[in-house]
Amino acid sequence: MITMMMLTDILLALKHELIISLIIFLLLFWKIRFDNAHSEILMGLVNALLLVAVLFVWFEPIETLLFNQMFGSNALTQFQKSILSLAMLLISGLSYHWLKNNANRIEFYLLLLSSLLGMFFMISSANLLMFYLGLELSTIPLAAAANFDLEKRKSSEAAMKLILSSSFSSALLLLGVSFLYGCSGTLQFSEMSYALVVSPLSQFGFILLFAGFAFKISAVPFHLWTADVYEGSPVPVTAFLSFASKAAVMFVFVSVLNQVFQSMVQTWFLAISILVFLSIGIGNLFALRQENLKRFLAFSSISQIGYILIGILGDGSQAAASIYYFLFIYLFSNLAAFGVIGIVSEQTGKESISDFKGFYQNNKFLSWVLAIALFSLAGVPPTAGFFGKFFLLIAGGANAYLGLMIFAALNLVVSFYYYLRVVKAIFMDANESPLPKIEFDFTPKIALYFCLAAILLLGFYGPIYEHIVHISKAYSF
Amino acid sequence: MSDITQILLIIGLPFIAFLLLGIFGNSSTLLKNSAGIIGTSLMAISCFFAIQIASGYFLSPSHASGEAFSPSIVFKYVWLNFGSGKSIDIGAFVDPISAMMLVVVTFISLMVHIFSLGYMKGEERFATYYAFLGLFTFSMLGLVISANIFQIYIFWELVGVSSFLLIGYYFQKPSAVAASKKAFIVTRFADLGFLIGILTLGFYSETFDFQELIARLSNHQTPQFLAIASASFLGLSALTWGLVLVFIGGAGKSAMFPLHIWLPDAMEGPTPVSALIHAATMVVAGVFLVARLFPIFALSDQAALNIVAYIGIISALFAAIIACTQTDIKRVLAFSTMSQIGYMMFALGVSGYGGEEGAGFSASMFHLFTHAFFKSLLFLGAGSIIHMVHSNEMGDMGGLRKYMPITHIAFLIACLAISGIPPFAGFFSKEAILHAAHQSHPGIYYLGLFTSMLTAFYMFRLYFSIFWSKESKDHSHHSEGTWSMKIPLIILSIASILVGFVPFSSYVSSDGLGLESHLDWMFSIAPVSLAFLGIGFAAYLYLKENDKPESIANSLGSIFTWVKHKFYIDELYLFITKKVIFNLFGKPAAWIDKNIIDGFYALSADITTAVSFSIRGIQSGKVQGYALYFFGGILGLAILFIYIMN
Repeated sequence: MITMMMLTDILLALKHELIISLIIFLLLFWKIRFDNAHSEILMGLVNALLLVAVLFVWFEPIETLLFNQMFGSNALTQFQKSILSLAMLLISGLSYHWLKNNANRIEFYLLLLSSLLGMFFMISSANLLMFYLGLELSTIPLAAAANFDLEKRKSSEAAMKLILSSSFSSALLLLGVSFLYGCSGTLQFSEMSYALVVSPLSQFGFILLFAGFAFKISAVPFHLWTADVYEGSPVPVTAFLSFASKAAVMFVFVSVLNQVFQSMVQTWFLAISILVFLSIGIGNLFALRQENLKRFLAFSSISQIGYILIGILGDGSQAAASIYYFLFIYLFSNLAAFGVIGIVSEQTGKESISDFKGFYQNNKFLSWVLAIALFSLAGVPPTAGFFGKFFLLIAGGANAYLGLMIFAALNLVVSFYYYLRVVKAIFMDANESPLPKIEFDFTPKIALYFCLAAILLLGFYGPIYEHIVHISKAYSF
Repeated sequence: MSDITQILLIIGLPFIAFLLLGIFGNSSTLLKNSAGIIGTSLMAISCFFAIQIASGYFLSPSHASGEAFSPSIVFKYVWLNFGSGKSIDIGAFVDPISAMMLVVVTFISLMVHIFSLGYMKGEERFATYYAFLGLFTFSMLGLVISANIFQIYIFWELVGVSSFLLIGYYFQKPSAVAASKKAFIVTRFADLGFLIGILTLGFYSETFDFQELIARLSNHQTPQFLAIASASFLGLSALTWGLVLVFIGGAGKSAMFPLHIWLPDAMEGPTPVSALIHAATMVVAGVFLVARLFPIFALSDQAALNIVAYIGIISALFAAIIACTQTDIKRVLAFSTMSQIGYMMFALGVSGYGGEEGAGFSASMFHLFTHAFFKSLLFLGAGSIIHMVHSNEMGDMGGLRKYMPITHIAFLIACLAISGIPPFAGFFSKEAILHAAHQSHPGIYYLGLFTSMLTAFYMFRLYFSIFWSKESKDHSHHSEGTWSMKIPLIILSIASILVGFVPFSSYVSSDGLGLESHLDWMFSIAPVSLAFLGIGFAAYLYLKENDKPESIANSLGSIFTWVKHKFYIDELYLFITKKVIFNLFGKPAAWIDKNIIDGFYALSADITTAVSFSIRGIQSGKVQGYALYFFGGILGLAILFIYIMN
């Protein structure tokens, strides 16, 4: 019997999902009732509700398993969902101007929020079927969103590429899920971890599932879609793809590997090491020679994924904590960089590094934000990015192969070189006709200031890391 | 005022100057015009407190009663708590070397601030310049008082960043941009060594705190020491690796051979900046670092300490030889800096720990102290010469003594000091270094002696070429510079004479107990007469314009060319990076990308377009290629795990 008390608990456990669904319904009604009128009020409302979703992180977490133990909720998932909501909020703020001039802004929100909802279900999944549903819900709307620059061929191309290659990966992932079901007789995470024994069939099933994960986080050799899709999609969608969808899959990946596949630890330890090596190496080599900024960030994000995967190689909760912490910081550095590029690209259509030559001359604030974001991505102290990478390497260093660690450390210097190349173009390269002064609204400005403050200050505020360690110790595995 | 407030003011005021001038400096004209005054007065207050802290520390009554100087922790704030007693802290602590460095950094920085008032006047980004100076001073001070290795790493990087900004200050000049980038990238590689080194030490000693780290690793009975000494990698113990890597980091910042290539190029920055960064502060950070960890080096790992000694003497000699052939006055000074830092390094390297054994440590720190004064004096003097002549080349100078009397005298004093002529400051510290080396490492002693003769030669070659040599062009329409430029020269000249008389080793010594400083006049005969020989030779060649130097250069032929091109070390690096790395890795990667991957796509597209007419409209069919890779990845992993691993 469901008592009142239990009902409130269920509602509280589902609070993130509920508020996102609420926004989606609100948008649908608004579309029917007002169409495109009063859009500024609507955007304000959506942002306010997203802010509420972010602030949910301070709620007392409810620890429970719902819907036939398919859906789990605890302090960790609550924290992860709030991070993703924050990403959505910042993207919404940064692309305010672009959205205001776009006739289909309601659809934009609908698509990204549906995807976000899918991610929430994925994070909370305690069952492979639930996980798969969440994964699909988070992917399909994104393909539509990638096509958002309707008049651009590249945008439709990106959408087609995304949907085709992700259906391919989903099909194989599903095949892997059925193999695993065949081996263990269950889809429940908690039961599967006991039922799985290492056999060629279970290993093959695992590899298929693993490849599905690797595809989503675009680790080499499953990364080929990334650069084309990043380049073709509108910048806000690229920003969402590059942070939210990767972070969500990463959250699940960490816990699934440690929770469900503990018995196969030798298999995945080596598999991840290979991915780390390839992702860092190839990501860096290709990033070195990119001209388009979005392609550049695509390849550099591939190498960042390599570093995140190093964290997984560490021990249990310390590894998990280092990854969550890094992603939390990556959120700000990544979105700040994409935010500036988005603002510039929206108003001038310029996206290549050579267009940014002498950018500092007319756009001091934007230049500093972009430079600091890039420094943080490169991991230069005292920006927060340094602390993120530091903890990843410390966690991974406990177990990883020494050669791999040295390779990763040397590549840090390489990555430094190409990030500096962009900074140099902005500040030092001469340009007869640099980009003109770019005006932007109040909302993006706030979002940029927020990111900037986070990048500069987060690293020095210890309690955040301690909190993350605390919750990952309690709830990971 | 309590120590905490004073320390916070010392490092905080330059930072405030940075924030104030950096953020508002360009938007408010009032701030822009008074930027120099604001920066300088904040720096003056900071310097005042630094002197007060240092004098309070050194002249404390407890020491007078014969107690050792012990490090005092001024404040400590737990930044990250790992539980079980482990934590990363942010704190400040004062011990003899950091107290000395506080004074050196703030004092030289103050002189540079004052000098820049005149030198940089009229620059468009005047406020930005002072902001960067503030940032640099803040980072350097933070580095000096760091109480743990984590904190020192952060400030270490900040120092790198701010010097990058200052070297690249004239960012309209491509050479300045290239130089700042070179400095940054070269030191990055070294910093990587540093990071891995401190992590190794921190990992085994289970602490990040300097005092505990030193206590655990210099005592051979602790479990941490046994662990780090027994762990080995490639035949060396983890302790040796850790210390050597830390030293590599220090060698990068201190421009030790073979990581010195950035220093001469870094002279592209404004000259007062060179005085601050490349003479007195940043470049000695490496020496400071080795000194900070000195007990571990000396008590636990003689091998690592020997590396320090040999790298030090090689750099000292190598740089002195190159300095003899350079014609750009700032480059001569840059190489002479490298050479003098080599002295400080090998002094540490030959030193033992405690008592008379530790004389090398005191000597090294003493030389660091005196060098800061006369070398910044040389750079500031060079600054006012360049300000007047508008050239860095010796060939454009000559006979300037008539037009700039104050600079002339100041420069002469500094040259005498660096050459080790009594009673100038450099004499005392160099004597102490040679004395320390003489007892334990006679080979290094003789090389050091020879280098000191070379030092006297190239410094006076510089001096005579600038102030004597030929009759000068008419410079009477130029003045010698404003008083703000002359005053620092005068103050530093006085300091270069007096600081040698400080009984330094009784304050700064390896074990804190203090040493009786003594001067052995008989011992000094050799170095001083060699120095006079060097000066005499320089006078013979350069006092009057003649063709002797050229005929000597010609008779040396290819050797001279080798030396003049700095032994082609830069070219070697360029060859390795551009030719080897680029061709070996970059080109093939590009080639694979272009021919194999693209070709592969094209091929798979050709095959599949026949099959899939329906989606041909999208693009050339690359997506199939993606799928192929995807499947290839799965296949590769499957084969690896199912067939190979089992």
